Amino acid sequence: MSILIIAEHDNAEIKGATLNTLTAANKMGDAVDVLVAGAGCGAAAEAAAALPGVRSVKVADSAEYANQLAENVAPLIVQMAGDYSHIVAPATTNGKNLMPRVAAMLDVMAISDISDVVDADTFERPIYAGNVLSVIKSNDATKVVTVRTTKFEAAATTGGSATIDAISGAGDTGLATFEGQDLTQSDRPELTSAKIIVSGGRGMQNGDNFKMLDEIAGKLNAAVGASRAAVDAGFVPNDYQVGQTGKVVAPDLYIAVGISGAIQHLAGMKDSKTIVAINNDEEAPIFQVADYGLVMDLFEAVPQLSAELDKL
Amino acid sequence: MKILVTCKRVLDPYVKARVKADGTGVNLDNVKMAMNPFDEIAVEEAIRLRETGKAEEIIAVSIGAAKCEETLRTALAMGADRAVHVVTDDDIEPLGVAKVLKHLVDAEQPGLVIMGKQAIDGDSNQAGQMLSALLGWAQGTNVSKVELNGETANITREIDGGLERLTLKMPCVLTSDLRLNEPRYASLPNIMKAKKKPLDKKPLEELGVDTAPRQTLVSVSEPPPRAAGVKVASVAELVDKLKNEAQVI
Ligand SMILES: Cc1cc2nc3c(=O)[nH]c(=O)nc-3n(C[C@H](O)[C@H](O)[C@H](O)COP(=O)(O)OP(=O)(O)OC[C@H]3O[C@@H](n4cnc5c(N)ncnc54)[C@H](O)[C@@H]3O)c2cc1C
Ligand SMILES: Nc1ncnc2c1ncn2[C@@H]1O[C@H](COP(=O)(O)O)[C@@H](O)[C@H]1O
Repeated sequence: MSILIIAEHDNAEIKGATLNTLTAANKMGDAVDVLVAGAGCGAAAEAAAALPGVRSVKVADSAEYANQLAENVAPLIVQMAGDYSHIVAPATTNGKNLMPRVAAMLDVMAISDISDVVDADTFERPIYAGNVLSVIKSNDATKVVTVRTTKFEAAATTGGSATIDAISGAGDTGLATFEGQDLTQSDRPELTSAKIIVSGGRGMQNGDNFKMLDEIAGKLNAAVGASRAAVDAGFVPNDYQVGQTGKVVAPDLYIAVGISGAIQHLAGMKDSKTIVAINNDEEAPIFQVADYGLVMDLFEAVPQLSAELDKL
Repeated sequence: MKILVTCKRVLDPYVKARVKADGTGVNLDNVKMAMNPFDEIAVEEAIRLRETGKAEEIIAVSIGAAKCEETLRTALAMGADRAVHVVTDDDIEPLGVAKVLKHLVDAEQPGLVIMGKQAIDGDSNQAGQMLSALLGWAQGTNVSKVELNGETANITREIDGGLERLTLKMPCVLTSDLRLNEPRYASLPNIMKAKKKPLDKKPLEELGVDTAPRQTLVSVSEPPPRAAGVKVASVAELVDKLKNEAQVI
């Protein structure tokens, strides 16, 4: 079993999601290589080589990979696929964009968003917004897999000494051109790796009121998330959305403020260790998953919470 | 230009999925079904493109059992011009779906395919990317904004860090995200009109497409529910519990 991990990186650094993916890959087999496809990505390749247990880092450093467009990266992976039984990436928006394209080019089914590895061919994955767990066995020669990062511990970032092999690119397909990104600026930790998350819903009423949550998040070193309703209403940017079709998170503490607890929202946060719900409707479904429920107007509760945290 | 849009019939998003008593699958008997919400958004986008003169004809496609006809009638009532129902009682995996769609694209020659980013039953998020791979086309997944300029499409996509803008060569495959638009409701007169719009039924076997499953379902189960929590009476009590009982702050 040889496994190729597709690194999530920004040319300078390996992203955290790759570390969880490495843990999942180690359950599939023990010869793990990492592909770093980028432009000017030497630093990211160095970082990948330091990951424990990695055999070799394959670096495709070429202009056509600058923005990791699926149209260009997929043919590169397909070229390499013959050497591997498994090709694995995190189930980030990047991984989800890329891996089905790779799978179709190899004429195999992809295995999306796995939550556990049963054996090298058999995987658990949540379906129906996490209300059902399915276990499936893949009969394809190559397993193309994306990994739900919250379900696997992050591997260490040091201790390895992999070889670094440069590989040549597969060229630019010319199908897509990168024009730019509008990334949300924040000094808060990333949503998917934060230990504490404070999330707001429609009950927040407007974007300005999210400042109250920012203040609490600052005191707890937490990330700020949101429900779809809060994103759709324009209170916060799209990348705040937690849920079935947004981000899946599993922090030690998730504080849901003015969120009702729809199936689709619960899908993204119900694996959190401790859940707090603040909602003035005692019937709100969020209370069914909350370890601690506070039935109270959030505009009273949140300022009080801020004050209480100062006393700690 | 023709636009092909895809419509999967799925369990209604507001109904909680239950595993069948014999553990062989999810219970879909006598439960409310609906068009996959992302596909409603795809249909809506196609209609808007036709309304602004960017497209002439919208063809809605669904692959599945007899009842998919209802889903296609909904798409027709929203404004699609005609429909193709690929009839099969089997559950077709995303790779098989992509192959069937490739077959239809070869026949219909649309200039654009719009799909949902994800079917909310299997939560695979694969078929659109797979179709564009099989066609050798560009893919715009999770799109929240689309502008067609003849030879190219300018799209904005939702990504983990925010938004990304790409220019794609046409023809291409797009998959909708939630913020692309708000789908319209079909009006009663349009529901009546939709009954007369053409709906072509093609048995899957007749297409000659290999949709044999690549995965075997080993088991399905419901995850254990969370243990019941407690209500706290005040913020002070909450903070005390978080600090001393849960020890998370
Ligand atoms: C295809 C599809 C995908 C979806 N994906 C997602 C997803 O990924 N993530 C997601 O979150 N949703 C998703 N949804 C939407 C989901 O179904 C719900 O509509 C959404 O989660 C509701 O958000 P909310 O809880 O903020 O709003 P609401 O349901 O309107 O709840 C607001 C809550 O705030 C409370 N409240 C109001 N005022 C106050 C106050 N002053 N003090 C205290 N409490 C107050 C109310 O009691 C209420 O419980 C999806 C839906 C579909 C159809
Ligand atoms: N059986 C089907 N019939 C029509 N469209 C489908 C079918 N299955 C998937 N699709 C389309 O493919 C998209 C992604 O599906 P999936 O890859 O299964 O998550 C859906 O939003 C639909 O637009």
